[in-house]
Amino acid sequence: MNAPLRIAGSALRHDSALRHCTGEARFLDDMPEPSGTLHAALITAPVAHGLLVALDPAPALAMPGVVAVLSAADIPGQNDIAPIGRGEVLFVEREIQHYGQAVGLVVAETRDTALRAAAAVRLEVEELPPVLSLDEAREWLVGPFTMRQGDADAALARAALTAQGGFEVGGQEHFYLEGQIALAIPGEGGEMLIHSSTQHPTEGQHIVARVLGLDYTQVQVQCRRMGGAFGGKESNASWVAAAAALAARATGRPVKLRLPRKTDMAATGKRHPFRYRWRAGFTPEGRITALIAELIADGGHSLDMSGGVVMRAITHALNCYAVADLRVTCGAKRTHHVSNTAFRGFGGPQGALLMEDVLAHVARATGRDIETVRALNFAGGPNPSQTPYGQELEGELIRRVHAEALADSGWARRRAEIAAFNATHPTLRRGLGCFVAAFGISFGIPHLNQAGALVHVYTDGSVRLAHGGTEMGQGLFIKVAQVVAEVFQIPIEKIGLAATHTGEVPNTSPTAASTGSDLNGWAAFQAAQAIRERMAGVAASLFGCRPEEVRFEDGLVLGPSGNQRLTFGELAKTCWMRRVSLSATGFYATPDLEWDMQAVRGRPFFYFSYGAAVAEVVIDTLTGEHRVLSAHLVQDCGRSLNPAIDRGQIEGAFIQGMGWLTTEELWWDSRGRLRTLGPSTYKIPGSRDVPPVFAARILEATPNRANTIFRSKAVGEPPLLLAAAVWNALKDAAGVSRLDAPVSPERLLDACQRAHAKR
Amino acid sequence: MQETRIAFTLNGQPRLLPAGTSPTRTLLDWLREEARLTGTKEGCAEGDCGACTVVLEEGSRRRPINACLATLGQMHGLCIRTVEGLNAGRPHPVAEALAAADGTQCGFCTPGIVMAAWAWTREGGDPHEALAGNLCRCTGYRPILAAMSAMRDDGATAPPAAPHQSSRFTAAGQVFYLPASLAEAVALKRAHPEAWLLAGGTDLGLRFSEGREVPGCVIALSRVAELRGIARDAAGLRIGAAEPFETLLAACRTDPDFAPLAPYLARLGSRQIRAMGSLGGNLGTASPIGDALPILLALDAEVETSARRLPVAELLIDYRRTALGPDEIIAAIRLPRPAPGALLAAEKLSRRYDQDISAVSMVACLDFAEGVVARARIAFGGMAATARRARRVEAALTGRPLTREAARTAAALLSEEFTPLTDWRGSASWRLAAAGGLIERLWLRHAHPELPAEVMEVSA
Repeated sequence: MNAPLRIAGSALRHDSALRHCTGEARFLDDMPEPSGTLHAALITAPVAHGLLVALDPAPALAMPGVVAVLSAADIPGQNDIAPIGRGEVLFVEREIQHYGQAVGLVVAETRDTALRAAAAVRLEVEELPPVLSLDEAREWLVGPFTMRQGDADAALARAALTAQGGFEVGGQEHFYLEGQIALAIPGEGGEMLIHSSTQHPTEGQHIVARVLGLDYTQVQVQCRRMGGAFGGKESNASWVAAAAALAARATGRPVKLRLPRKTDMAATGKRHPFRYRWRAGFTPEGRITALIAELIADGGHSLDMSGGVVMRAITHALNCYAVADLRVTCGAKRTHHVSNTAFRGFGGPQGALLMEDVLAHVARATGRDIETVRALNFAGGPNPSQTPYGQELEGELIRRVHAEALADSGWARRRAEIAAFNATHPTLRRGLGCFVAAFGISFGIPHLNQAGALVHVYTDGSVRLAHGGTEMGQGLFIKVAQVVAEVFQIPIEKIGLAATHTGEVPNTSPTAASTGSDLNGWAAFQAAQAIRERMAGVAASLFGCRPEEVRFEDGLVLGPSGNQRLTFGELAKTCWMRRVSLSATGFYATPDLEWDMQAVRGRPFFYFSYGAAVAEVVIDTLTGEHRVLSAHLVQDCGRSLNPAIDRGQIEGAFIQGMGWLTTEELWWDSRGRLRTLGPSTYKIPGSRDVPPVFAARILEATPNRANTIFRSKAVGEPPLLLAAAVWNALKDAAGVSRLDAPVSPERLLDACQRAHAKR
Repeated sequence: MQETRIAFTLNGQPRLLPAGTSPTRTLLDWLREEARLTGTKEGCAEGDCGACTVVLEEGSRRRPINACLATLGQMHGLCIRTVEGLNAGRPHPVAEALAAADGTQCGFCTPGIVMAAWAWTREGGDPHEALAGNLCRCTGYRPILAAMSAMRDDGATAPPAAPHQSSRFTAAGQVFYLPASLAEAVALKRAHPEAWLLAGGTDLGLRFSEGREVPGCVIALSRVAELRGIARDAAGLRIGAAEPFETLLAACRTDPDFAPLAPYLARLGSRQIRAMGSLGGNLGTASPIGDALPILLALDAEVETSARRLPVAELLIDYRRTALGPDEIIAAIRLPRPAPGALLAAEKLSRRYDQDISAVSMVACLDFAEGVVARARIAFGGMAATARRARRVEAALTGRPLTREAARTAAALLSEEFTPLTDWRGSASWRLAAAGGLIERLWLRHAHPELPAEVMEVSA
């Protein structure tokens, strides 16, 4: 697998790049609608907690063009959309659990009518007091689980120095530009075809079947592309598909459900907010010897995927650091917020913030430079390289990304410039921050680490590629196509890309956890390789050589002697004439994974991706405003499958992470109604927020040690964590150890005032 | 007034809409559903994400607008280009450049970005300013900015527009007037007291796009000749009430007396919003957070209505209430020049620098004589139910040198004259503290003009 690559590894552009730019690329809402298509609109709960006493559809039904008003009683199967557990309702039956929760659906001839009719439905609600904060929350949705190593209490008691801390970080709205949407088309005998903007067509299939009371085979789900997803189109896309399917079943006509932005933001889950408490013991040099920590996530009203988020938070709570004696507890509690869900990083970013807070306090307490303290505590080298749950980290790569990011940024020179600036400017302060990440790759649930692919070669030599992964902009389709083109040695243009479809590749895992190209790349490789072997056999018989002597090069198939050559298409045609199958499935399961959640022990990850970042900021001590001036990123991508796509993931994830920690704040009023519903109030980064100096690069010459497809590494999530460098830089500028996130002007001004009061 | 059908030029071709088309239907819905031009996307339907960006071609000018906030009635007689019209037959070089730079990931925001960038190749200016109205959640913008640096103006021009004639469109239960003269507009308002007065529609447009409201009567003011244009003389600027903000921004950029207002006006919405929104509209809705209002209050601007002249402060009565009479229309705003040597500063605090509604805004004009503040005029937005002057702060600053101590002492008085709200943009206590910080920043701008006064002035 270390042979030179011709097509895989090339910086090819996204397969749809030009069609995106011309407007030709079709998203679900752009597809011509089947004749007779109806449109649905959600009826949502106006309170965070309460009892639904009555739903009066009469005002809606009186409007011309309204076809039906549906609610829980109209569900033929189970009113249950839980992706993992059981008992999460599609429509409220009695108890409203969060503001914006789906109560029912209006179906009408036009979307305009459906939206106005949904607003006209009269809900009688008895409002109850909601649980809105982790302070009030009592009930655990999942956990708490405890990760133990050594004797944390004894180590803390004998530590030369100790510190304690606590902080909070908020949630995050996905803000995929294309909102949630599904189009359900009823077929014969109760069958249902769903076009869904989803990361998880198979889950959509299962949830639709459960809600309608059908067999899985009666429900097929298709997705060509999403206009962004980021974790927000896993379980949330499934229930939107189920709602559309219910309406199609009830009316017998195709039904499209596209959520308006505000409805989408109120009704769909977000990144989990976390609260942290910790105590640490350390040496006068800053080596941390003991850690007792508690991380609590706000899971919202139901389980959804909070178990997985907790798993990833706890396995990333120590990040790339080694602490001999520790006890880290993590769980998710129930509140009356929308049920929080997957979001790029899936608890990993939240987990990894813990040690940053600890390191900042330790550096302050010991009076040592924070980067010295950071390096002193890295796993590997003189320190143990094993995570507390029993998996090996690569200490050498941790130190390498750290050193390279510091060098790229000109750390020492910047430090001196900043000191000079801060000594003279009356009101502005600059600050510098670094961050290093080790992010585990694989689904935390071992059985999800499987993928299938289906490859057809046609008799002209063109290829159709289908696999279980979905395209949300991350470039998965082009990467997997590169793998197949590499196997056949044919131009990338010859690979036709199929929409993801439960009928072509069944029983798939979500495209999530950064695993898309790892899993589907291998599966597609296996399928293509099977066909290549058959084709090589036919070529060998033509050339009169052994199959292993047949070479595939530049669209040609060559025998050992110079005049033995066929085009790939000619060979395909010959295979067909000789009745040799040109179609194959491929399958891949990540080897050697095991995980015991109760014990927090095992080998949950196939490998780790490493990255480091340095960010410089300037803040205004008068107002709490800030600006990120520069960012230098170094990300390990193994032997990158596509450096252009990977760079895009690194840059985009960093800016998204920066938004999470700075401008993006979810704000609920005292009754638990989310008031930041839309881009006018919820502020994701804009182009000016990109650091004027923004240098992201891939760590060079580092093939994956694990046997991944062409020794590449996953890249979707890990760079999001690197934005913690911005958070650290803001703390540095403000002169504080604790800084809750998102760092709004208000929190930053408060930090400046705290720092000033101490001086 | 002539009853007619809505007509405009779309991608170079004349389009005459069927009789009975709702004039308050959004351009976006019509493009996607009737014209089946689905390149233009809906990302938010509130004019903030830019996925619906299309371009109005006016001679050699290109104005990007949000199709989600634009009504069909307003489009009458205009020349609209969508992404399909840019890429007819083969990809336009702007699209090629964006694709070649890996400037797309999911691609949903992309057509809007292509149109904003295409307008920018003609209009020029800061690329961030041109992109402020377009959100991308995938790329982190770096490759988009890189692509823009390789884009060039294609030199294409639009056909000349016919002069506007007063028009009336009707649909079931709806009448939409597009008057050409102020006299007509006033007569219509008198005849239809229930009518919605639509200027650019960047605020009221939300009631169509999000609220799905269907008003019975709309009077759109954007083509009233007397409400357009900006005149400049020794006394100051006379700004037509319906003249888009983009023109005011350009006027401030080219006039040294008003130049300090330019960075502030450049943060008012986005190019898409400033292409439609106007000062008259901002005053007419009397929003407490209208970013333009502190400018008018700090410079003692006057409003010319169809009937009289009055100070801006007397027009703004309360939260979303004005002193306009039933047959009175805001015609123009007279913005006096600051005195020579005055310190004019316009500050805005928001979560995001661009395309955000201010949490607190402040415009201050300080006149100096013999080293002391001779006159202080300081107006705040976001601190009360309406934008208003900070009279006690002004008094405390007046008559003494502008020292840091003087600024702090004056800032401490803010809590006596303002009781701001706590909301998602910030708490009352932060608003008071940060507003005080802005007063202290006046000292910094005055005493240390050589230093960066705020974070955006710091170079990397």
